[in-house]
Amino acid sequence: MIKVWFKSGSPWIWLNAAAVSTCLIMVIGVLGLVAVRGAGHFWASPIVSLNYQEDDGQVKTIIGEHIDTTVTPAVMAKSTGFTMADNEDVLIQYLIKTGNRDLTGSDFRWIQERHVKAQTEPANLIVVERREWGNFYGQLAAVKEGDKVIATGEQAWTVLQERLNVALELHEQITHLEKKEVGAINYGFEQLRLKQKGLELKNAWNAETAKEFAAKKAAYDVDYKRYQAQLAELYQKIRRDSLVATTESCAELVIPLSKVVEVTQPNKMGVFTKIGHYFKKLGYFLSEDPREANTEGGIFPAIFGTIMMVIMMSIIVTPFGVIAAVYLREYAKQGFTTRLIRIAVNNLAGVPSIVYGVFGLGFFVYILGGNIDKLFFPESAPAPVFGTPGLLWASITLALLTLPVVIVSTEEGLARVPKAIREGSLALGATKIETLWRTVLPMASPAMMTGLILAVARAAGEVAPLMLVGVVKLAPTLPLDGNYPFLHLDRKFMHLGFHIYDVGFQSPNVEAARPLVYATSLLLVLVIIGLNLAAILIRNHLREKYRALEG
Amino acid sequence: MSELNNSMTQSSLNTATTSAYEKWRLLKDAIMRRAVVAGGLSVIFAIVVIFFYLLYVVYPLFLPATAERVSQYVIPGENAGKTLLLAVEEQNEIAARFTDTGQVIFFEAKTGKILAQKTVLLPEGSTIVSSAQGTPMREGAIAYGLSNGQVILVKQQYKMTFAGEKRVITPSLSYPMGEKPLVIDESGAAVEKIAFKIGDNSTVIVAKSAKKIHVASFEKEQSLFSDEPTLTRTDSILDISGADISDILVDKEDHNLFLMSNDGLLSYIDISKKNAPEIKQRLNVVKVGDKVTSISFLNGDLSLMIGDSTGLASQWSLVKNPTGGPAFERIRAFKVSEKAVVAISTSEQRRRGFMTVDANGMMGIYHSTSEREMIKTPVSDATPVAAILSPRANALLIQNHDGKIHFWHVDNEHPEVSIKSMWQKVWYESYPKPAYIWQSSSASDDFEPKYSLTPLVFGTLKAAFYAMLVAIPLSLMGAIYTAYFMSPKMRIYAKPAIEIMGALPTVILGFLAGLWLAPFIEENLAGLFALLMIVPLGVMVFAFGIQCLPEPIRLKIPEGWDAALLIPVILISGWFAFSISIPLETALFHGTLRDWFKAELGIGYDQRNALVVGIAMGFAVVPTIFSIAEDAIFSVPKHLTVGSLALGATPWQTMIRVVLLTASPGIFSAIMIGFGRAVGETMIVLMATGNTPVMDLSIFQGLRTLAANIAVEMPETEVDSTHYRVLFLAALVLFMFTFVFNTLAEVIRQRLREKYSSL
Repeated sequence: MIKVWFKSGSPWIWLNAAAVSTCLIMVIGVLGLVAVRGAGHFWASPIVSLNYQEDDGQVKTIIGEHIDTTVTPAVMAKSTGFTMADNEDVLIQYLIKTGNRDLTGSDFRWIQERHVKAQTEPANLIVVERREWGNFYGQLAAVKEGDKVIATGEQAWTVLQERLNVALELHEQITHLEKKEVGAINYGFEQLRLKQKGLELKNAWNAETAKEFAAKKAAYDVDYKRYQAQLAELYQKIRRDSLVATTESCAELVIPLSKVVEVTQPNKMGVFTKIGHYFKKLGYFLSEDPREANTEGGIFPAIFGTIMMVIMMSIIVTPFGVIAAVYLREYAKQGFTTRLIRIAVNNLAGVPSIVYGVFGLGFFVYILGGNIDKLFFPESAPAPVFGTPGLLWASITLALLTLPVVIVSTEEGLARVPKAIREGSLALGATKIETLWRTVLPMASPAMMTGLILAVARAAGEVAPLMLVGVVKLAPTLPLDGNYPFLHLDRKFMHLGFHIYDVGFQSPNVEAARPLVYATSLLLVLVIIGLNLAAILIRNHLREKYRALEG
Repeated sequence: MSELNNSMTQSSLNTATTSAYEKWRLLKDAIMRRAVVAGGLSVIFAIVVIFFYLLYVVYPLFLPATAERVSQYVIPGENAGKTLLLAVEEQNEIAARFTDTGQVIFFEAKTGKILAQKTVLLPEGSTIVSSAQGTPMREGAIAYGLSNGQVILVKQQYKMTFAGEKRVITPSLSYPMGEKPLVIDESGAAVEKIAFKIGDNSTVIVAKSAKKIHVASFEKEQSLFSDEPTLTRTDSILDISGADISDILVDKEDHNLFLMSNDGLLSYIDISKKNAPEIKQRLNVVKVGDKVTSISFLNGDLSLMIGDSTGLASQWSLVKNPTGGPAFERIRAFKVSEKAVVAISTSEQRRRGFMTVDANGMMGIYHSTSEREMIKTPVSDATPVAAILSPRANALLIQNHDGKIHFWHVDNEHPEVSIKSMWQKVWYESYPKPAYIWQSSSASDDFEPKYSLTPLVFGTLKAAFYAMLVAIPLSLMGAIYTAYFMSPKMRIYAKPAIEIMGALPTVILGFLAGLWLAPFIEENLAGLFALLMIVPLGVMVFAFGIQCLPEPIRLKIPEGWDAALLIPVILISGWFAFSISIPLETALFHGTLRDWFKAELGIGYDQRNALVVGIAMGFAVVPTIFSIAEDAIFSVPKHLTVGSLALGATPWQTMIRVVLLTASPGIFSAIMIGFGRAVGETMIVLMATGNTPVMDLSIFQGLRTLAANIAVEMPETEVDSTHYRVLFLAALVLFMFTFVFNTLAEVIRQRLREKYSSL
């Protein structure tokens, strides 16, 4: 029977089916992995307190979050240097995030399950998310105002929340002043310096302009002094309060509230509080700046940079892509030239993205940018303006990279517009461009949209060329701000994809940053899958529409 | 369409009632036509620009050097004595002439105008017998061996100051070991030959006098309590006859001393222990009867350039022997002339370049590692008196017999690479044998950059190969099933689901591969191999089980949903494979499979290796191949398959004999495009391999690809440097590679389309 079955070829069909299933499992598996790890990051996990017997026999308390568990067979554990008893088959190890990096030197600790004497989840444990040194795990002892203790015990928690809210408010004001107001003044100073140098180069610098500039500078100085005074006052206020916490070894630590982002008691939280907390953290992640070499805090600048770059790219790629497609489909005689163009388009699509990066760096940045600097910004020399990687060059490079996507998609859309519609328009006396503009292109617009969406999805996920033409790990300023001319095309920017690479592989504390990388990946995957699904839906809708027209 | 439009245009032009508005409309039409045509052609333009720009950057790598005479002038300070040595400072503005009467004349290199003339303080009654330049060359020190057994060291210094925007260089002379000459030979015999190394903390002088070789070393020690450093002197006399020694060389680490005799016998002496020099090796460097005519260290002092009377310039380097310590070996030779090589100048300070001059006055500039002859041109009619290449290798100073100094300008930007040095094995200094090595930057100029693209291309192909090994079976089998056997309802969902894999950013795949998959595979290596056997087996067993079901139940299973049914089967068998991983390793390999491979087969295991890259990049390539291959199979005309089935073939036979054959060009082009993508993929290999440029076929070893190499090194390279251009060459190679593959694939696809339309 088996022989007959094999002869029928049916097992091979089953194997082929298995290949499809494997592909599907892989897709779903990857998406699931990213989703679970990424989304889990914001959930307030319980804090455990472990009585742990150290290697020297002493029993100590370890407080922290349980991150991971590994199971190692006895043979392997022995070969890596663990002493195993005869009756032990496996070695179970826990990875505990113990935080308190300022005290212990590391965030994580591996411990052996067999040495854990007791495990509890005391309700009064707190997690302090700090601006420096990572998380703190321990117990709240007191709240201090200056050197005076104002609350201890049960009361401390409520007082702490009040004081912390005030401190956070103050912190917000400080950041606003420092970044926006003082930043604007610094920018103004820099512009003045450049203008002065520019005038000097043109030999137009004289007593009159000097006076004018001095007046402007004086005005800036007055503002600057005022802000400095305000800042000094705010700093004094924010530095007043602090909390006193005890660690697992009962050492006391004073944490100034100015360094605290959030204090929680995860073990006390109910499910709904946790859900609320989850969304709060999520919002924070999406809207805040990164901290601690990008391993903590939010990813707002990366989101913003990605969006800016994608918008710039769309503005550049759409007209070119559409014109090329219109030429191929509506104007060119099908023959050698169109064939050549199609091959060129396919090649553009197939050229490795890093080659675009190399080309962009050499041609756009150094040649175009260098010459622009020479012609228009002689006053900034030797500091480059456009002669260095930046938003503009990144956008143009990616526009070149995504051009084939738009061309192919638009062409497909144009091909689906029934011939009768063009002929009807022409027969009524419209010129060719009128026909195109009024009838054909509007009908093909969803296809263009599809192409653009796919281009955006591709650009949002592309990293390799951007590493060469404008992305940095930490941009001090956004490419769009309140300082004239508002949009700074010459600035470098942050990008979600590069953020993943940089934090996941280049950061000093990869283990601590990993959840953040998963969360960033999830965001990027969601955006890209969403864009692709939108493109597919539009395309399907379009097909239905023309089927009706043709029928 | 366009003819239609043309005729319309003409007819409307012919009518007499053409109003201004009509004219405007037609004008608009004409303008837009031009604009669109220009826009369309700009796509070709774009690809051409990319290609030619890359070529434009790469091209200077292969240009030969040029040299032109800028000026010539009468020897400055002609009556101050004969020239012993010439020197040029780094900016090529000032040159110096050291004469046999102890005069040092600084003059403008371009015009010969004397700027300063200094006199070296010689002891009463002594004359200069020998002289030498010290190592390292950039220190600019000169030693004079005197007729009374003493030695005096001077140092030329060029101080750069800026007067406004203008650069002013002031030359001066200093005495690094004090103005008082050092006594080398107590007996007072003349110092016939001399060599020395000068450094901040130690100085070594080796001199030949009265047929003996003296080694004097000076250690400077900074005492904690006094400001004045103390100088400790150690003297020794070599246990070797110095009678026929013609050249002495000390390397800049003052570890190795080389003595060259007239008949070509080279003695290599270890002087790292100052009081007990040790003769390591003595060997003949020329054939019997030939003579060594010049000898010099190559930049970095790791190898010697030896010129002989037959016109051969050979490079000798200390090579680590497998049997013992380092030994001297000839690693390459240049035939620079038919006549004797009279001078080898290796004063180039950043590269391994050297200049030779032969007895006929023929000058050649070479680069040792790339084995390139950059230029060969006559510079004088007879043997020149002295010749020197400037430190940046962009100028040349030659004193001829006619009593004139010639100043040449040399343009030699990229001698380090040649086709041979990039693609073939190169014997680098200090390496035991020729090898392919990519090591683009090093901490100092002492180690030469090694630009062999071969390991990178090898890494690229290796990564692509393993990726294809994963991707081709999965995607082609998947395409066959999806296009031909799957129910249309499932196809609507399955196809986009797989295609969406292709949209996933590679940075995420790379991140997962590097931080999740690599440790996972390391832990479960046995499980992965078990998976390859257990999953197909599980699928077969399940399929056979279905086959064995009673007919009524079997027919109830919807046709073409096999793939959906198999998902739980694969999940369960996969889980089973990984769950037996650890017991399997313990039982069969007594520990881990990794250790077993290492111990039994000698295969090392890198956590981030080709296997991880293969899986991750395979994942990225699957959708590309799947999508194109599926289209090709799906669009095989239905009458072919129906005909085959009607003739009694089973669906599987129809698939293999009819459909696959017809669609094979399409499948081929799908594989080509997939391969092109795997070759150019950057982020996955960057993150999932260790980026080690090794040439190792092992699946458990890391690799470095061309694309990842560009991504790693491009941001740090200096614009227009050789490294920059070599990286552009790497990009050009990638471009050409994918260009060929894509064009081929596209041409095949267009052919196929025509074929289908005719069927």
